[in-house]
Amino acid sequence: MSSRTRLLGCILLLICGAIVPFAIYPILAMKVLCFALFACAFNLLLGYTGLLSFGHAVFFGAAAYVSAYSIKVWGFPPELGILTAVVAAAVLGLGFGLLAIRCSGIYFAMITLALAQMMYFVFLQSPFTGGEDGLQGVQRGLLFGFIDLSNDVNLYYLVFAIFVFGFWLIHRVIQSPFGQILKAIRENESRVISLGYQAARYKLLAFVLSAALAGLAGGTKAVVFQFATLSDAHWQTSGEVVLMTLLGGLGTVFGPLIGAAIVVTLQNALADKVGALLPVIMGVIFIVCVLLFRRGIAGEFAAFYQSRLAARRADANRRKSLGASRKGGGARGADGSAREANP
Amino acid sequence: MATLFDVPLSALTGQLMLGLVNGSFYAILSLGLAVIFGMLRIINFAHGAFFMMGAFFSWMCLNYFGVNYWWSLLLVPLTVGIVGVVIERALLQWLYKLDHLYGLLLTFGMALIIEGVFRNEFGVSGQPYAVPEALKGAMNLGFMFLPVYRGWVIVASLAVCALTWFMIERTRLGSYLRAATENPALTQAFGINVPVMVMLTYGFGVALASFAGVLAAPVLQVSPMMGSQLIIVVFAVVVIGGMGSIFGAIITGLSLGVIEGLAKLFYPEVSATIVFIIMAIVLLFRPAGLFGRAE
Repeated sequence: MSSRTRLLGCILLLICGAIVPFAIYPILAMKVLCFALFACAFNLLLGYTGLLSFGHAVFFGAAAYVSAYSIKVWGFPPELGILTAVVAAAVLGLGFGLLAIRCSGIYFAMITLALAQMMYFVFLQSPFTGGEDGLQGVQRGLLFGFIDLSNDVNLYYLVFAIFVFGFWLIHRVIQSPFGQILKAIRENESRVISLGYQAARYKLLAFVLSAALAGLAGGTKAVVFQFATLSDAHWQTSGEVVLMTLLGGLGTVFGPLIGAAIVVTLQNALADKVGALLPVIMGVIFIVCVLLFRRGIAGEFAAFYQSRLAARRADANRRKSLGASRKGGGARGADGSAREANP
Repeated sequence: MATLFDVPLSALTGQLMLGLVNGSFYAILSLGLAVIFGMLRIINFAHGAFFMMGAFFSWMCLNYFGVNYWWSLLLVPLTVGIVGVVIERALLQWLYKLDHLYGLLLTFGMALIIEGVFRNEFGVSGQPYAVPEALKGAMNLGFMFLPVYRGWVIVASLAVCALTWFMIERTRLGSYLRAATENPALTQAFGINVPVMVMLTYGFGVALASFAGVLAAPVLQVSPMMGSQLIIVVFAVVVIGGMGSIFGAIITGLSLGVIEGLAKLFYPEVSATIVFIIMAIVLLFRPAGLFGRAE
């Protein structure tokens, strides 16, 4: 994808996003956006830094609790509740990150999973989360004191704005020098260290950033659904976000959005029909993704586009050499996106 | 009644025994994880699912085919081991050249499938499995009553762990295995069929997990979710112990089981989280684990 097509895609998405509440059920659209933001945050960590956090739901779930609690019990307005949730998730991310980045690879995944499970038990037992019942009946309230969020369409535009902000932020981070170093860490950590960068700090910062953005998604979700429950922090939710990212395409810009849309819609459509078999379907998708298309949907699409482009260029070159003596040029078109498609 | 630290001695020894029982499961499961990781470089997320499968197969053996406990102790690990071999050939063998993370993701998907199928079939509630006749009752040891079955679980688990250790460290097959773990290409060059060894290792690892499952059936409720609850604790155990040594896995598993049991008695609020807290502390001071070597 060249930068022009990417821009085109962004504009198209913005327009689509703006008309969505008139086409489909806004609650479903909001759920997709919350999970898409969650998956984008996760992708920042796995797709661009190469760290598999298998307990990312803990940040999502913790933020949902904090936002629900602060709005319900302290009477915070929704924007402040979500902000508090983001801060809480970032602090939690800092604590877990400090522990988890001491190990890498497979251990990192196991440690984050274990820490998340610890917090799950904490949520189960502490009084403020309401245990098995969760926190229910959270008022959506008035945004900035005058926009009524109990109207689904109003709320949808808030969620959409939050998603666009998060998406844009992640995009900026990836394009920045900081993001380049993250990608370098993914490719070859020891070389980054030998170049004089303190890789651990970069990894920690990426972890905190990802946790905070997952918190943004979780805090928003609590406002949308007006409750926060244990299932948000459960390891299965962590698994779901891994699946969304993997299915959409690791390390691609739009992949997590596509993956989240598919997984959430699938869950929505199948939940009443197949019941307990839903995890089986998720598991099958997991295995198929890992074995057959590791680049995910967006990654496969990018690869297809690349190969088309290359074929066209080769064709043009051949014609040029046939037509002789005209100076060839402009053969450099697409750059970064092909590499990004490779996890 | 005799007391120690304001706790009745019988409660203390009871919790110690229960802790040892749980610790034996941790030990067998983390041992299996370590053996599989050594050879396949895959963290087997489905390990808990195979544990659950073991318990369920033994329940099904009893209720559908009238096969008693002792036979299922032999037949179930064999069956599950074959399932493991098939899975290794069908799915896992394609992953060895990829990043280790894909192994975790694939086995996670497998765990979802296995658990989902059993949940669909049997619901979430637990099925009881009666303690076999020969192991019913309790022994009076003078200072405590020892339920015979719990004693049996501990003895049987330790025996299996010891046997595994002996097989890997002291037999010719084990030396091939260690060689293949160290350097597969060179081992293959010496004429040892490494892919077959990898296949058998996976089969053996999941057979161990299902053996623990059969042992657990009469102690815990046989339920589809019993494995996934356990496996995350076992991951923490593996991080604490490090995957370097078999002996380390056994010791760490048992001692964490005991610590957890004691926590239930003295400070029940942390009993569910104590293993994870210990993991965090160990990570602060020894990131490679207590028995691990730094990579």
